[in-house]
Amino acid sequence: MKSNTWTIIKKEFARFFGDRQIVFTAVIMPGLLIYIIYSLMGTGIQSMMSKGAQEVVTMRVENMPTSLAPMLSALDSNIALVEQPFSDEDIAMLDDKELNIVMLRFPERFDSILVSPADTTAIPNIEIYYNSTNNASNRVYTIVSTMLNNYGRPFTVNVPQQEGQRFDQASDESIGAMIWSKILPMLIIMMLFSGVMAIAPSAIAGEKERGTIATLLVTPMRRNELALGKIVSLSGIALLSGVSSFIGIALSLPKMIQQPGTGSEAGIHPDTAGDIFAFHYTTSDYLVLLLVIFASVLIMASAISLLSALAKDVKNAGTMVTPFMLVVMLAGLIPMLQDGVSENIVTYFIPFYNSIEVMAAVFSHDMQWTPVAVTLASDLAYAGIAVWGLTRMFNSEKVMFGK
Amino acid sequence: MSEILRVEGLSKTFTLSKKQQKIERTSDRRKVAVGNLSFTANSGEIFGLLGPNGAGKTTTLRMLSTLIKPDSGDAILDGCSVVSDPEGVRSKIGFLTSELKLEDFFTPNYLFDFFSRLHQVPEEVSEERKRNMFARFGIDKFAEVKVKNLSTGMKQKLSLVISLVHNPEIIIFDEPTNGLDVLTARTVTDYLHELRGEGKTIILSTHIFSLVERLCDRVGIIIDGHLTHCGTLDEIRDGLTLEDRFFEIYKEQKGEEL
Repeated sequence: MKSNTWTIIKKEFARFFGDRQIVFTAVIMPGLLIYIIYSLMGTGIQSMMSKGAQEVVTMRVENMPTSLAPMLSALDSNIALVEQPFSDEDIAMLDDKELNIVMLRFPERFDSILVSPADTTAIPNIEIYYNSTNNASNRVYTIVSTMLNNYGRPFTVNVPQQEGQRFDQASDESIGAMIWSKILPMLIIMMLFSGVMAIAPSAIAGEKERGTIATLLVTPMRRNELALGKIVSLSGIALLSGVSSFIGIALSLPKMIQQPGTGSEAGIHPDTAGDIFAFHYTTSDYLVLLLVIFASVLIMASAISLLSALAKDVKNAGTMVTPFMLVVMLAGLIPMLQDGVSENIVTYFIPFYNSIEVMAAVFSHDMQWTPVAVTLASDLAYAGIAVWGLTRMFNSEKVMFGK
Repeated sequence: MSEILRVEGLSKTFTLSKKQQKIERTSDRRKVAVGNLSFTANSGEIFGLLGPNGAGKTTTLRMLSTLIKPDSGDAILDGCSVVSDPEGVRSKIGFLTSELKLEDFFTPNYLFDFFSRLHQVPEEVSEERKRNMFARFGIDKFAEVKVKNLSTGMKQKLSLVISLVHNPEIIIFDEPTNGLDVLTARTVTDYLHELRGEGKTIILSTHIFSLVERLCDRVGIIIDGHLTHCGTLDEIRDGLTLEDRFFEIYKEQKGEEL
């Protein structure tokens, strides 16, 4: 009994270690990917923080108290302190997320209230106006509010004194856009990928496995016609699957975020969550999104078709595609880790990364036509190369009929 | 009868994996599957390639059908070269082997139309041919049944029909009766006779002597990738039964008893 168990164990280990692909996918890749993902996340967060830290932020202070002036002046070398009163119109300027400004308003006679709290009936409230979608402004807000909250004296920070008073001047639309731009590219890419994964391995590796590919290869059809037909049809079907997933996400995400408590946990008032997560996009945004989704699907179908053509059967194709899937998911995390979208046009030649960046740009209202054009043109070129590669594989007896 | 197929110096060598070397019990990494093979076939005749398993029959037919490329040599089928005009060759031939399968999700009707389109057969011609072929093989009753629900015999008949959707002049069959039940095998051999009557050229491979004796006008004996004898059935038999003569040739070539 014991020796039979040992025989089974040895057989399973021999089966496992005899297949280098499975060993790579199951043993080496998880560790490697965790290392890469965590390193990338660390680098991304560090770069986001340091980028924000390098930008100079003007902090306008109204009613600067003598007691806090030295502390505020010494907070950060990149904070330019300006003692200057400000109006509601000035505060409204903060809506422009390109401005690195924070406005700090102390109550009049703040110092004397601190010394003799009994002189006033109300707890003094300090107002900090900022824009959370501007990384530098948000950073300075965090530093100042943390400093004030830890000061240990009886005053409050950013407690609304009247109905509808807002301290974060970012509009609902821009907050929503920022959140969409971080979440949706990855979700869309994952949905599209699962759509392609569901059909591509079966369409090529499956045909090899079932012996039906040879039946096609003995017809007078040219191999490039077969390759193009496969990639285009797989892209079309996967696109349908992707569009369905996209509609599902678009309809369900606002509802999910509006669940009681969820909005407030995210720092969003539940009453305004609906406005924040409403889609504020133009027809050209949707058009670009659709084109980029199609380009992404084309590239995915091309890449998975190439891997499937190399695979012996559907199971083998699944093993081969897994590392590729993880790399694509990794690319989907990029918008979460970076501030804004890439301004380096060369990066838009990198497949998948380019689509994710363009999607993030569309969702954050930062879309520019040059990166879109580069993304679409390069993806089409890569799909053309993939058709050429698949044609070569259909021509290769080693790939098609190799044991 | 005019020459429709000319094979000249066709050769194919495979590189063996370590696993295959173990199976073949050889330390040689390269295996000559077909070596310098030459023969001709005339229109309206059935030419049989006879040899044991692993002799190179299937490799030869796969080269003729352009599924694999020869390392050297060429074959001209009805004016088209397997090397320089594989698409042309594929439009002239019908190729059938048990390795070729049909998508079992589709119906015979759909598959016939699909392969007709790939062969650029005009729709009206295709429709008439489908009617005749389906009736000839009894597929008409199952035309709208998915292939996965057909019996094995019916699937094999359908494969035969599909390989001939474009009414090719040259028909290449690798082991035409292999794995067929007796009734389907008889249907296939009867149909091969019919095709010869229509002036079609049939190249088939087999290791079944009775099949060769019943069907073939000319025979090529292939052993270890080399064509050792080629001629009419009578020339090959040389007064013996085909089976006895084959073993005699085999012994001469291999220098060993079977």
